[in-house]
Amino acid sequence: MTTKDQVREEVTIRFAGDSGDGMQLTGSLFTNTTALLGNDLRTLPEFPAEIRAPAGTVPGVSSFQLHFGSTEIMTPGDVCDVLVVMNSAALKANLSLLKKGGIIIANIDGFDKKNLNLAKYPEGENPLEDGSLDSYRVYEVDVSSMTKEALSETDLSYKEVDRCKNMFVLGLLFWMYNRPVEPTIKFLQKKFGKEPRIADANVNVLKTGYHFGETAEIFSSRYTVEEADLKPGTYRNITGNESTVLGLVAATQKSGLPLFFGSYPITPASDILHGLSRHKNFGVTTFQAEDEIAAVSSAIGAAFGGHIGVTSSSGPGIALKGEAMGLAVMLELPLVVLNIQRAGPSTGMPTKTEQADLLQAMYGRNGESPMVIVAPKSPADCFNMAFEACRIALEHMIPVMYLSDGYLANGSEPWKFPQEKDLKDIKVRFEPPRENSDEPFLPYLRDENHVRSWAIPGTEGIEHRVGGLEKEDGTGNVSYDPDNHEKMVKLREAKRNKVADFIPLQKIDQGNTTGEVLVLGWGSTYGSIRTAVGQLRRDGMDISHAHLNYISPFPRNLEELLRGFERVIVPEINNGQLVRLIRDEFLIPAKPINKIKGRPFGVQELKDSILNILSEKQTVTES
Amino acid sequence: MTTKTNTDTLKNGNANGSNGIPKYSSKDFSSDQDVRWCPGCGDYTILKQVQNVMPDIGVLKKDIVFISGIGCAARFPYYMDTFGMHSIHGRAPAIATGLKVSRPELSVWIITGDGDSLSIGANHFVQLLRRNVDVNLLLFNNQIYGLTKGQYSPTAPEGTVSKSTPFGSIDHPFNPLQLSMGADGTFIARAMDRDPKHLQKMLLRASEHKGTSMLEILQNCIVFNDGAFELFTDKKSRPRETIYVEHGEPLIFGSENEKGLRLDGLTPEVVELGSEYSKDDLWVHDEKDKTKADLLTRFFEHPHNSEHLKFPRPFGVLYDVDRPTYDEGVTIQNAEALKRNKPDLNALLQGPETWEVS
Ligand code: SF4
Repeated sequence: MTTKDQVREEVTIRFAGDSGDGMQLTGSLFTNTTALLGNDLRTLPEFPAEIRAPAGTVPGVSSFQLHFGSTEIMTPGDVCDVLVVMNSAALKANLSLLKKGGIIIANIDGFDKKNLNLAKYPEGENPLEDGSLDSYRVYEVDVSSMTKEALSETDLSYKEVDRCKNMFVLGLLFWMYNRPVEPTIKFLQKKFGKEPRIADANVNVLKTGYHFGETAEIFSSRYTVEEADLKPGTYRNITGNESTVLGLVAATQKSGLPLFFGSYPITPASDILHGLSRHKNFGVTTFQAEDEIAAVSSAIGAAFGGHIGVTSSSGPGIALKGEAMGLAVMLELPLVVLNIQRAGPSTGMPTKTEQADLLQAMYGRNGESPMVIVAPKSPADCFNMAFEACRIALEHMIPVMYLSDGYLANGSEPWKFPQEKDLKDIKVRFEPPRENSDEPFLPYLRDENHVRSWAIPGTEGIEHRVGGLEKEDGTGNVSYDPDNHEKMVKLREAKRNKVADFIPLQKIDQGNTTGEVLVLGWGSTYGSIRTAVGQLRRDGMDISHAHLNYISPFPRNLEELLRGFERVIVPEINNGQLVRLIRDEFLIPAKPINKIKGRPFGVQELKDSILNILSEKQTVTES
Repeated sequence: MTTKTNTDTLKNGNANGSNGIPKYSSKDFSSDQDVRWCPGCGDYTILKQVQNVMPDIGVLKKDIVFISGIGCAARFPYYMDTFGMHSIHGRAPAIATGLKVSRPELSVWIITGDGDSLSIGANHFVQLLRRNVDVNLLLFNNQIYGLTKGQYSPTAPEGTVSKSTPFGSIDHPFNPLQLSMGADGTFIARAMDRDPKHLQKMLLRASEHKGTSMLEILQNCIVFNDGAFELFTDKKSRPRETIYVEHGEPLIFGSENEKGLRLDGLTPEVVELGSEYSKDDLWVHDEKDKTKADLLTRFFEHPHNSEHLKFPRPFGVLYDVDRPTYDEGVTIQNAEALKRNKPDLNALLQGPETWEVS
């Protein structure tokens, strides 16, 4: 049988197996090589909720999805073209994500009686044999025994041999999609540098998988995906949590201030703590606190001392930090709170994504407690917005909430990373020391932007007290005066609102600046909306897309921009939160599109929902 | 504008070190704010003694910070002419940790109460002690919630009748010193508002100790719990019911110094000095001895429960040992990281693997 070479514009591959099968590594290595070949791409890892769910069961399945192409790729793909399954549980958990006619590569060893039982297939049923997969192209590969055979000459233990089998699959996929194995070999040699026998075994199995594709003659097609038309430059691959870390480190360098990071482990934010703790040489101190409240409180203490105080968490932890955030509002100290959102309420679905903490960020503290809210729109954009969060906090002496989510945190994309010189300096205004001044120091004196100066301990002559009790304007003394309280509430709000003068105006991402329909998004929905709107535009629709990075305050021109459209649609991974803010602020009858399934929007479903809303309009006007 | 001086402050700390400290008087530490505790509250004298010892701790005023939580005592920082923060309930240890770790050259004082530190903030209290952050914690213990007008507190003895326990409290109280021992605290001491001289001494000792200094100060709340510590403060009962410990000295008490504490193995007992026992038979206080400190901190019978205590309540420094501080550990680790690896933002942004698109 001869193998046809075919060219594909885009491909989505999903690697799925047991948590112990190394699917995340397999996916990442395929991604790295794909990036090196110049494809545009997006990835989405999906981890099991339990750390060690029983092997072979559906809850134990771990997956990694990669969407790559020669065109612009903005999402990890709605459905996949290829599904790699290392066992029957992986098939069961993921089959619904495979497109009809798609390819299944099944490790037959994972479909033995024991595995079928663990995956809870009915007694005697085997999906590989009962015809239920007839509408797909199924390749059954005996990965385990071929791996064993390849390593028969080595002294590796049974377990060590078994650990190599993901490399067989990777090699096979490299062959199928015409990618070189060399970058992976280099990686393996580096990773197992101290254990050459393990490195050699992995390389051996990787090559065996590749050659199997070449010689087995069971695959009818082999695919090529050409380079994408990316902007020229140097790229790296990056996840949202990684680029958040880099944004914070960049802020220390561009402000000249050390950074103190107080955090408590929580999914999916912990990688930020892990990442930052490796960068102590940049003037970063990381503190794993005893709880969420101590985490934010320690960051406030550091901010009082003149450092960039940052804390991170996810929804449940943010709820615990509420009172302390209010203190930072009152103290008018810079504080950055990173919320890597996940599905709630309560513990919710920790490993699943959601955008449902926007109203919490906006209103989730006691009293009138305005904070700035920013939101990155893609994994690489996490860098920009983490940097922005620090800049705004420091320059405006205000707590800033940064809303990322599990999808951005773990997803990755190619990043044309900046150079240090491309980044703006962050300017802070410390109160200077004073000697023998008779004038009392007024800690709550403000500049034209309502910003007080940063008066840190260790500065001669400005000893003063701050606290959570209402402040008298100017002196900062405790005050229960009714008029003063109202004034201070308004001042704190005005200070937050004034930040709008120091953020970019809202741009239209694609489409006309006025017209029939505007799709307005925020945060991690960017890729799906951009792709969906792009496709609708190619179909001839008058539709535009704008995406908010700044939510509190909104960009100055947002109202004008919204009023330039007949209809405004707001898709969100929640039950309708930004849409409420928009309606409330501008009295515009914006329409929501909501998905609350712990997963990002698929492009097709988003297009369908948009068309649905627009058809509703027609019925209204027709009737 | 970043002023040079502040950046220097951030980097180098107090340029003068301990030299060049002006001759302060206690008045230099008194702010312009009216003190607002109830007349007769024990907090007044504690404030006064703190202001009295501040000139002697060898720190510039600009480098002193008082941080409090919530409660009557938490108003304290407003009255000190130093840097200060009146924060939120129970969290002062966490705020102080962040401040001290980022600015180790500062002298950081935590002002807290029994509700603040042993109820809502108990977690932070024990974590502070185990980490041994180099701060001083003054625990104003009045066995009652004063600010919220009279509910029993986590140090109130069983049976305390309060607004929230009209039939007597059922909760077993914390022994703050034992809790501190359990958290592996490195400096554990007790003083009382009614003995200002001794309190001053204890404050100085607390300030000298490197690591978390936990000083419990028995404080009379004249409004909601008056006389809670009368047995220890009343002239008549005090010699019998208290013992002042001094490092290297035998444990003697009583109005005529006629009683002593003796160790029978690991069992403490009160003995009468005279025919059977002499000074030489007594337990000699050793601040460095954890076992002995553990026994001493257990003397915690409650005056409410019995007229006369089996063991006197100990005052003084019960335990004082050296253990590396958390803030010092952070400083060392950060410095080592810097030595190993010069910060290069461009290299960091570039990451381990890149590719070119042309
Ligand atoms: S209520 Fe008690 S503790 Fe509070 S100020 Fe009054 S006397 Fe002092």
